[in-house]
Amino acid sequence: MSAPLDFWRRFRRNRAAAVSFLVLLLITLTALFGPLVYPIDPFEMMGRPSQPPGRRFWLGTDVSGRDILAGLIHGARVSLLIGVAASLAATVFGLLVGALAGYYGRAIDNILMRCTDFFLTIPSFVLAVVLIAIFRPSVFNVTAAIAIVSWPPIARLARAEFIAHRDREYVKACRALGMSDIEIIVRQILPNALPPVIVVSSLLVATAILTESGLSFLGLADPNVISWGYMIGVGRSVLRSAWWMPAIPGFAILITVLCINLVGEGLNDALNPRLQRR
Amino acid sequence: MSRLLKVENLSVHFPTTRGVVRAVEELSLAIEAGETLALVGESGSGKSTAALAIMGLIDEAAARIPSGSVHFEGSDLRRLSPQALRQVRGRRIGMIFQDPMMALNPVFTVGWQIAEPLRQHLGLSARAARERAIELLHRVGIPAPARRVDQYPHNLSGGMRQRVMIATALACRPSLLIADEPTTALDVTVQAQVLDLINGLKAETGMAVLLITHDLGVVWETAQRAVVIYAGRRVEEGKVADIFGRPAHPYTRGLLEAAKWESQAGGMLREIPGTVPSLLEVPAGCRFAPRCAYALDRCTAAIPPLTRLAPAHAAACLRVHELAQ
Repeated sequence: MSAPLDFWRRFRRNRAAAVSFLVLLLITLTALFGPLVYPIDPFEMMGRPSQPPGRRFWLGTDVSGRDILAGLIHGARVSLLIGVAASLAATVFGLLVGALAGYYGRAIDNILMRCTDFFLTIPSFVLAVVLIAIFRPSVFNVTAAIAIVSWPPIARLARAEFIAHRDREYVKACRALGMSDIEIIVRQILPNALPPVIVVSSLLVATAILTESGLSFLGLADPNVISWGYMIGVGRSVLRSAWWMPAIPGFAILITVLCINLVGEGLNDALNPRLQRR
Repeated sequence: MSRLLKVENLSVHFPTTRGVVRAVEELSLAIEAGETLALVGESGSGKSTAALAIMGLIDEAAARIPSGSVHFEGSDLRRLSPQALRQVRGRRIGMIFQDPMMALNPVFTVGWQIAEPLRQHLGLSARAARERAIELLHRVGIPAPARRVDQYPHNLSGGMRQRVMIATALACRPSLLIADEPTTALDVTVQAQVLDLINGLKAETGMAVLLITHDLGVVWETAQRAVVIYAGRRVEEGKVADIFGRPAHPYTRGLLEAAKWESQAGGMLREIPGTVPSLLEVPAGCRFAPRCAYALDRCTAAIPPLTRLAPAHAAACLRVHELAQ
């Protein structure tokens, strides 16, 4: 059986993960093509403010009379983009730091891990707020800030994996075959170290989306793009008179984060070598 | 015959918080092209460390190599740049390890792993390297190589994995194969097959073999010459026939006695009294003296020099001439 097919078979065994994967696929398609299907500017005033969900505006309007459905569809783009990009950047950087620290050990390990500890001691959300307060809030800066506060756990995990693998016999055999350190790190150990890292970094996407929502809620997001967190922030003041306004984007975040977590769990099951060979 | 590998006065020390572990002390050995030399010793005698030091694979941050030269095909491996040394490893010297279960990367197919040195050292294309990998699998006696080439290490038995290791080590046709306890982790029946395979490939390619083992049966069957080491020091060297026929060092005698037990009446196991000394506190003089039935007072005074008994037979014992009768 081919490897990807085999992988999908193992992944599918976890029903919740498979369903979540399909839901995520739907959300991603919405983010990609939704604005083309529903081309309404989420910042434009479309009608009377604070309308409940109805025939004309399926999900109602917000305090400024903007279409909430349009906001939800356009907001999916930013939320997913920032979540995925930040998690990807954090994973790449964390892997780099963890690989070098774990493989070489000693002084390099000490220096890199003390830097990692430094980041771990600061509450990550506070650090992200400070970073965005210093720099201009733009999509890029928000992504960068989230990545900067998210890489340390990846680095620690990658380091542990590399330490576990660097003294294995096969690494010794690779050296005896004349491979350089870089080749051993990238081509030999990395594929072995990747599965747990993939699981954690998939969960990181969920955390990044939540962090982004929190930042937007506090008004620390790019004012030119709409995101789910921003919509909650707007609806917060009318929570008692128009509960659906913050609840709808909140529900979108809940579903997305929940699905990502379940998919991460499914990946863990599918990538776990102990369950793999049954 | 020409000297292929010449190791002189090689020492490997590991500084620890409790003192310096002298794993290998002033080891010298030489291998001619095409011959099999056995490096014989108990667990912890420093034989694997010596092999790693020859390959330049000792972690310099953990160990010190205070002396020694390793001449191989005209260059001193100890003085080569890391890049030049990598060209020797895998290409001119192949190495196989004790545990074939651990020595293959679990996430790649065996074909990929055999092809790796071919691509790297010989610059073969992926397709050509794969063809060679199938051919090599066939040569090391793996049935249905075209199917096995796409399998993962966990699909193979221990003996097959060791065959794959041998195929990987021999992919670039090295002139020297270092085999570090190649059969220790295998079943007895598989051991014989793997030794036959190494012998056959040696005859076919003319490569030399440095065989590291504690198994005297393996030495007798495969090697022409042997170097016996005890607690990091060479105690005897010579042709296998001489060492087995007229062992000169009391330690070698003890090893042979211990190996012969089943043929003796009553089947009593003859053993060497005592244990190998801690390499942190090696005894003064001859390292074997505390366990030696023939030890004299002067044995602990100085390290006994290597005394020649025959042109190719020597032992590091003060009473060698009396004992070799």
